[in-house]
Amino acid sequence: MAMQFYASPEQIMRDRSEYARKGIARGRSVVVLTYEGGVLFVAENVSTALHKVSELYDRIGFAAVGRFNELENLRAAGVRMADLRGYSYDRRDVTARSLANAYAQTLGAIFTEQSKPFEVEICVAEVGSRPERDELYRLTYDGSLQDEPGTIAMGGQADAISQVLKARHRPDMSLRDAVQLAVQSLGSVGGEGGQPRKLEASQLEVAVLDRRRPGRTFRRITGAALAPLLAPEDGAGKKGGAPVEPAEGPKIAEPGPSPADKSPGGVDPVADGEG
Amino acid sequence: MAAPELLPGRRPLPAGASAEVGPHATTIVALTCADGVVMAGDRRATMGNLIASRDIEKVFAADAYSLVGIAGTAGVGIELMRLFQVELEHYEKIEGAMLSLHGKANRLATMIRNNLGAALQGLAVIPLFAGFDVDAEDPGHAGRIFSFDIAGGVYEEKGFDAIGSGSLFAKSALKKRYRAGVSLDEGVRLAMEALYDAADDDTATGGPDLIRKVYPVVMTATAEGSRRLTDEEAGEVAEAVVRDRMENPGG
Repeated sequence: MAMQFYASPEQIMRDRSEYARKGIARGRSVVVLTYEGGVLFVAENVSTALHKVSELYDRIGFAAVGRFNELENLRAAGVRMADLRGYSYDRRDVTARSLANAYAQTLGAIFTEQSKPFEVEICVAEVGSRPERDELYRLTYDGSLQDEPGTIAMGGQADAISQVLKARHRPDMSLRDAVQLAVQSLGSVGGEGGQPRKLEASQLEVAVLDRRRPGRTFRRITGAALAPLLAPEDGAGKKGGAPVEPAEGPKIAEPGPSPADKSPGGVDPVADGEG
Repeated sequence: MAAPELLPGRRPLPAGASAEVGPHATTIVALTCADGVVMAGDRRATMGNLIASRDIEKVFAADAYSLVGIAGTAGVGIELMRLFQVELEHYEKIEGAMLSLHGKANRLATMIRNNLGAALQGLAVIPLFAGFDVDAEDPGHAGRIFSFDIAGGVYEEKGFDAIGSGSLFAKSALKKRYRAGVSLDEGVRLAMEALYDAADDDTATGGPDLIRKVYPVVMTATAEGSRRLTDEEAGEVAEAVVRDRMENPGG
């Protein structure tokens, strides 16, 4: 009979943590930050069909980095829980806190009970009526849950990105300023010889939870709506004063190669229809 | 020992008709127009000879591009519609794309079929489903209407349809007035006229209530999405219809 070697629990946990951390650091990053009009998600993602950022519920969004099958699994579980709660009770009874809590339980159980931990890090964000009321939760592979005010950077060289973000983030930023800060922070790492990289619209996945919309607030910003937000600031744009907001929906998205593009990404069919 | 079948929600309904236990929702009309579809429903719910509600809402947006109206037992219908809304939204979020319009109609048919047992005892509900088909080749024919039967049959309707106790009169009105390719505004007017005719001849259908300012719910689904006319907009059309009927009661 094969002899089982003794490994201390500390050693096992350390090994698992290291394994998960390595997996997460290999991927590209996602940043989440609050701005005056809501919560902004920006991910480095060349795919238009496989999303790193998505909608969980009316005012709750989800962003994740790591292994795709694992994060998709978690996302679907979150959507299921949110929809079931909203149907059983009321749409207002679905909160980011309870979803984050459920994710923490799941990830914690997987980390201790399974031989391979999930190589994911996720963010559950809820947009409030005012920037101070926004909630950003970070969940790591071991099920630990943190409430982080203002900004979150995950995956890749998250620490370096986070420094850039935190130094320049203000809760009263316009959408344009927030997008530019997010893109600069993502581009601040990974360049040749420490030089910043320039990220194009085709390399980015951008979405917002729009504070002022009733009902489903999640909206992807793509194509023609994204380009002006990324363009370097010119004198006229600054003087104009009006921040460029995402296109008013519901609207059929620009024709795209992916079936996902047909989705309006979130409109509220019952904004004033249901009692 | 567990006996889940004894929980209140799981006990079988007593045999025999139970049609009179809850209020009934009445007339819904829908018609296609150049830009999409219009659906409208009166605001009355009845229980036998009594008016159970003067301001019930029976037309809803199922999702961003489709509408559903219910006739029959109000409680069952509203629950069915809520579940349908959740299913469409859930599918959209999980898959990252909306169901096709025909997919939505088939799903709704299955839900009706599942209610067959209760329906045979009198708790029937029949919806009318209409929407804007975002996959349509020709946007001029993107508005589509589907009707259902109690056994889960789903039928696509050409031009217009109506359900509920006043549907006979509403359909007769639309038959004479409806023309293919009417504009959205004309469509709204036609729907309102049809509801007026239904209320004129059917006691279970409520007409525009000018005294309480309760007007039919009118919704549209077009390329811009589904939208409910505001009370002011619906009121304006309803009052215009009533004004014209003062001169010519037959319309």
